[in-house]
Amino acid sequence: KSSKSPKSPGPGKAGDAPNRRPGHVRGARVASPPERRARLASPGPSSSSEAREELRRRLLGLIERGGVVIFSKSYCPHSTRVKELFSSLGAECYVLELDQVDDGAKIQEVLLEITNQKTVPNIFVNKVHVGGCDQTFQAYQSGLLQKLLHEDSAYDYDLIVIGGGSGGLSCAKEAAILGKKVMVLDFVVPSPQGTSWGLGGTCVNVGCVPKKLMHQAALLGQALHDSRKFGWEYNQQVTHNWETMTKAIQNHIRSLNFGYGLSLREKAVAYVNSYGEFVEHHKIKATNKKGQETYYTAAQFVIATGERPRYLGIQGDKEYCITSDDLFSLPYCPGKTLVVGASYVALECAGFLAGFGLDVTVMVRSILLRGFDQEMAEKVGSYMEQHGVRFLWKFIPVMVQQLEKGSPGKLKVLAKSTEGTETIEEVYNTVLLAIGRDSCTRKIGLEKIGVKINEKSGKIPVNDVEQTSVPYVYAVGDILEGKPELTPVAIQSGKLLARRLFGASLEKCDYINVPTTVFTPLEYGCCGLSEEKAIEVYKKENLEIYHTLFWPLEWTVAGRENNTCYAKIICNKFDHDRVIGFHILGPNAGEVTQGFAAAMKCGLTKQLLDDTIGIHPTCGEVFTTLEITKSSGLDITQKGC
Amino acid sequence: MAAMAAALRGLGGRFRWRTPAVAGGVRGAAQGAVGQWDYDLLVIGGGSGGLACAKEAAQLGRKVAVVDYVEPSPRGTRWGLGGTCVNVGCIPKKLMHQAALLGGLIRDAPHYGWEVAQPVPHDWRKMAEAVQNHVKSLNWGHRVQLHDRKVKYFNVKAGFVDEHTVRGVAKGGKEILLSADHIVIATGGRPRYPAHIEGALEYGITSDDIFWLKESPGKTLVVGASYVALECAGFLTGIGLDTTVMMRSIPLRGFDQQMSSLVTEHMASHGTRFLRGCTPSQVRRLPDGQLQVTWEDHTTGKEGTGTFNTVLWAVGRVPDTRSLNLEKAGVDTSPSTQKILVDSREATSVPHIYAIGDVVEGRPELTPTAVMAGRLLAQRLFGGSSDLMDYDKVPTTVFTPLEYGCVGLSEEEAVARHGQERVEVYHAHYKPLEFTVPGRDASQCYVKMVCLREPPQLVLGLHFLGPNAGEVTQGFALGIKCGASYVQVMQTVGIHPTCSEEVVKLRISKRSGLDPTVTGC
Repeated sequence: KSSKSPKSPGPGKAGDAPNRRPGHVRGARVASPPERRARLASPGPSSSSEAREELRRRLLGLIERGGVVIFSKSYCPHSTRVKELFSSLGAECYVLELDQVDDGAKIQEVLLEITNQKTVPNIFVNKVHVGGCDQTFQAYQSGLLQKLLHEDSAYDYDLIVIGGGSGGLSCAKEAAILGKKVMVLDFVVPSPQGTSWGLGGTCVNVGCVPKKLMHQAALLGQALHDSRKFGWEYNQQVTHNWETMTKAIQNHIRSLNFGYGLSLREKAVAYVNSYGEFVEHHKIKATNKKGQETYYTAAQFVIATGERPRYLGIQGDKEYCITSDDLFSLPYCPGKTLVVGASYVALECAGFLAGFGLDVTVMVRSILLRGFDQEMAEKVGSYMEQHGVRFLWKFIPVMVQQLEKGSPGKLKVLAKSTEGTETIEEVYNTVLLAIGRDSCTRKIGLEKIGVKINEKSGKIPVNDVEQTSVPYVYAVGDILEGKPELTPVAIQSGKLLARRLFGASLEKCDYINVPTTVFTPLEYGCCGLSEEKAIEVYKKENLEIYHTLFWPLEWTVAGRENNTCYAKIICNKFDHDRVIGFHILGPNAGEVTQGFAAAMKCGLTKQLLDDTIGIHPTCGEVFTTLEITKSSGLDITQKGC
Repeated sequence: MAAMAAALRGLGGRFRWRTPAVAGGVRGAAQGAVGQWDYDLLVIGGGSGGLACAKEAAQLGRKVAVVDYVEPSPRGTRWGLGGTCVNVGCIPKKLMHQAALLGGLIRDAPHYGWEVAQPVPHDWRKMAEAVQNHVKSLNWGHRVQLHDRKVKYFNVKAGFVDEHTVRGVAKGGKEILLSADHIVIATGGRPRYPAHIEGALEYGITSDDIFWLKESPGKTLVVGASYVALECAGFLTGIGLDTTVMMRSIPLRGFDQQMSSLVTEHMASHGTRFLRGCTPSQVRRLPDGQLQVTWEDHTTGKEGTGTFNTVLWAVGRVPDTRSLNLEKAGVDTSPSTQKILVDSREATSVPHIYAIGDVVEGRPELTPTAVMAGRLLAQRLFGGSSDLMDYDKVPTTVFTPLEYGCVGLSEEEAVARHGQERVEVYHAHYKPLEFTVPGRDASQCYVKMVCLREPPQLVLGLHFLGPNAGEVTQGFALGIKCGASYVQVMQTVGIHPTCSEEVVKLRISKRSGLDPTVTGC
C-alpha cells in the first residue's frame, strides 16, 4: 500500500520528481481480503481451455507492463539471488511467488508455453524474456541486463487514460503517485443541444453533483413550507428563481473542474483536452477542438469514456428535446416539462422540477426503476404522484414538434399507448429524455486493436481485474458490462486497478453489496439484493423479510404524512438470518444507508440489528427495532400517537 | 412454520423470540395465580425504560402495573406520561433543534433560487405550541398503549413500605397500597439546581421548563457544559435569541475532547457567546424583571455581571430516588451520587427489586438503552431468557447546531487503554456538498475513526461532526458492534454524494501528519 494519499501530496510535493517505488516488492503479498489466498486468475471461466486462455492473458498483461517481472518461489535460493541482484541495481521488481498463489502450478504451465522455460526464477525485463538465474547473471556480466534495464520505454507514456471522469481520473492520479508517466485524454463532445462542460466527467458536470444540489434546492422548498409550522414567519408567496440557482450550481461545478485540472498538474499527469481514438496497437490519435491531430503511444491503456444519454430516434427528438446533459446548465426555467423515462435519472429530475413548483409529467413505458426493488420503486413513485408529479403510464412518444421558439418554447408531443392504439397529444415547454444511457465505445477505434465490446449494448466485458480482451487495455466505470454505474465504484476500481498495475497490490474491486441512493423527493437508499432478486436466488421460503412504516420526528410537527417512510430488510434464514438486502425510503436515506452498508460488509445479521442500540430520535434507529415479518401479514401502519 | 423458523434462528445463537403485538395468544391471561401479591410486576416510573419493561411483561402474559407521577419543577412545570425523553428531553429538544436548522435552511434558500425576504423572524409561541401539542399526543399514545396491553396505570407518587409493597399518593392526597412479586425502579433523573448560589432556585429555570415556556425566553444565559447545555444554547441561538453559555471547565466531559472543542468552536462562530472558566455567584431580579447575574472569572480573578431575561441551569442531573423510601425496602444507593447500585442483571441489593435507566449508577443516560434494558429485563423475568444488556459501544448523538455522532471509544480513552503507540487515528475535514452553494463555512465538519494500529486495525471508535450525524452514525455503530476493521470499512463503497461517504474514504492518519482536508470528490 502506498503511504501517500491520493488526495493530498505532502507539502512542497508539487513539481517534485514523481516518487519511485522502493526497490523490492512482492506481488504475492495480498492486501485483501485477508482470509483468502491470492489467485492470479479468477475462478470464473468454466472450461479449462477458457481458464487457460484467461490466465495467459493476465500473464501477458503483467509482462506488458514493462519493468522487471520475476516469477519466483519464495523458498528457491536461485530466485533469492536474482532478487538480490536487481535490488543491488536499484531496479524495482514485480515478484510473483508461485508457491504463495493458488494457481501457481497452472501459471508455470502457461509460462512454459510462452517462454519454453518451466523452471523458476523466470525473468522478464522491459518485456524481454531474459531467462532463468544463470542467464540473468550472464546478461549482467555482459552488460546486457543494465542496457535492458536502462532502455527507456519505447512508448511515450506508461499509461494513457481515455476519459477524464471519476474512474479515469482516480486511476490516472493513483498511477502517477506510484511514479508512472501518465496521460489523460478528455474531450466532451457537445450534446445535440450544444451543451458542453469541463474536466471531471458525468458525476461532476451533469450527474451526481448538480442533481444533488438541485434536489437540495427542492428540499429547501419543502423546508420553507415546514418552517412556518416551526414558528418561522413570512407571509409572502415564495417563488423559485431557476437562473439564480443554476448560476450558483454552475459556479460550483467550475470550481470543481478547476480543482481537477490542478490536481492532475500537481501529480504531473499530462492532461490533453482532445478526443482519443486507437489507430494501431499501443498508439492513439488525439484530436483537439480545432481538429489538430497528435499521436501518442503507451504501454498500457485504460478506457474510461463513460456514457451519454440515449435518444429515442423519433422525429424531432435531437432537434427539440433535452437530456440530463443539458438540464443542469439550462439558461432558462424549463417550465411545463415532460420527462420521458422511468430510470432514476428521470425520477430524480422530475422530482426536483416538481419541487420548484413546475408542472411535471413523467411518461413511463413499463415499470419504474428497473433493477431496483419494485416495492420500493412503487412507493417512490406514489410519493411523487402525491406531491404533484403526473404519471402517464404505458405510453411512448412518437413525435415532437416545435410550435413556438423561445426560452422555453412550446413543443407538441404525440404519444401512443404501448398496449393499444390510443394516442395522446399535449403541449409542453420542455421535453427531457431520460430513457437510458449509451456507452461511448463505438467511436474510439477499439476495433483497430481488437478490444471486444458487447455489440448490442456497447459495453466492454472485462475479467475481475478490469482487463479487456486485449491484455494491455483495461476499462473502468460505466462502460463495464454488468457492473454498477456509480461514481464511487468507478473511483474505487480505477484506484485499485492502478495499484495492481503499478503497485504491489493484488486487491480487486469488490462489486458485491454496493450501496446506492436515489435522490427522489423521498430518498431511497439500498444495499444488497432487491426482494425480487433475493427470491430468485434464495427462494421465498428461505427468506425472512422484516419491515415497517415510520414517521420521522421532524415530519410530525411539520404536519407531513404518516405511514409513508418505509424500512425493509431481507434476511437469509439459513445463514443465521444474515441481512442480504437493505432498503429505506425516507429523508437522508443516503446518510442512513452508508453505515449499514459497512455493517453488511462485516456480515450483518438480524440478531446484531436487535442487539444494537438505536440513536434516538433518528430515522436510522428503526432498523434496530424491526419486529414484524412480511410473512406474518401483520399490519405495519403506525397508528399515530 | 413459525416453529421451524424459530428453530432455525436458534442456530444463530441468542435469538430472542418475541410474540408479535397483536398475535395475542397468551396476552392478558395471567399465568396461574399471582399468589400473595397484587401484581407480578410493578414498575415505578413511566418513562422510556419503565414503559418498555411493563409492556414487554404484559405481552408475556403477566399482571403489570405502572405508577408514574411528575413532581412539578420549582417553576411549576409538569407534564404527562412518558418520562424525560418524551416530555422534557429528546423529543422536544430535537424538534426545537429542527426549528433552528430550518432557520439555517431559510438563510440558504435564496442561494438556491428561493426568493425569501431576509431576515425571517421566529415566533417562539407558535413553535412551542406545536412542539407541546406533539408531546401531548405522545402522552396520550402511551396511555393508550398501556390500556391496550392491559397494564394498570396509576398517576401516584410512590414510596416503598416494605420490600414487596409500595404506597402511592395521588394528587389529592388519596393513598393506595400496591404489592408485587417483582418491582422495577425506573424513576429517572431531574435537573440539578446549584446549591449555594443566591437566587438560583428562585429565578432560574432548567430543561424541565424550557420546552414548556409559553413565551420566548429572550436573552438567555445557559450555565453548564453538558450536552443538554450545548443543545439548548444551540437551538436558542438558532432561532435568533441572544444566548450565552457559561462554563466552569471543559465542554462535553466524557466525550472526545477534540470533537467537543470543534462543537463549541462551531457554536461560537454561529453567534453563541461563551464565558469560559466562569462560575455564577448570584442571580438577582431587577425592577424591570430582568435577571442580573454576577459571576467569577477564574482566569482573570475578576467579577463579571450581565443581565438576561432567562437563566437556564444545565449543570447535571440527579436521580429521582429521595422520595422512594428505598431504605424501607433495603435498596442500596451510591453514597456519592444517590444512584441505585445494580448488577449485570439490573438487580439491586434486594434480589426481586430491579432498576433501569437514568436512576442507575454507571449506565449511559440514554432512552434507547433504557428501553432495551427494560425489555430484556422483562424477558429474563417472564420469558425464560437469559440475555443480558450489553452496555458497550452504545452509539449516541449530540444535537448541537452541527451534530456530533459517536460510537465506541474517544481518542483519549483509546490511548489510555491501549497506549499511544498502539492506536491509529484516521481523520478528515470535509465539506458537505450542500454547503457549497450557500457558501457555508465547513471548518468544523470533521470525521475521525480511532483504530488499533495493528492489522487488521480493529475500529475502536467513530466520531462524526456534521449534518445528520445521528443518521450517519447508526449504521456504523452496527459495523463496530460486528467487530469491523479499518480495512473492511475502507472496502465499503461510498454513496455519492453524501456526508457519510467520508467515513469510508478516511485515508489520512494523524500519525502521518498529512493535511486531512478533503479536496475534490
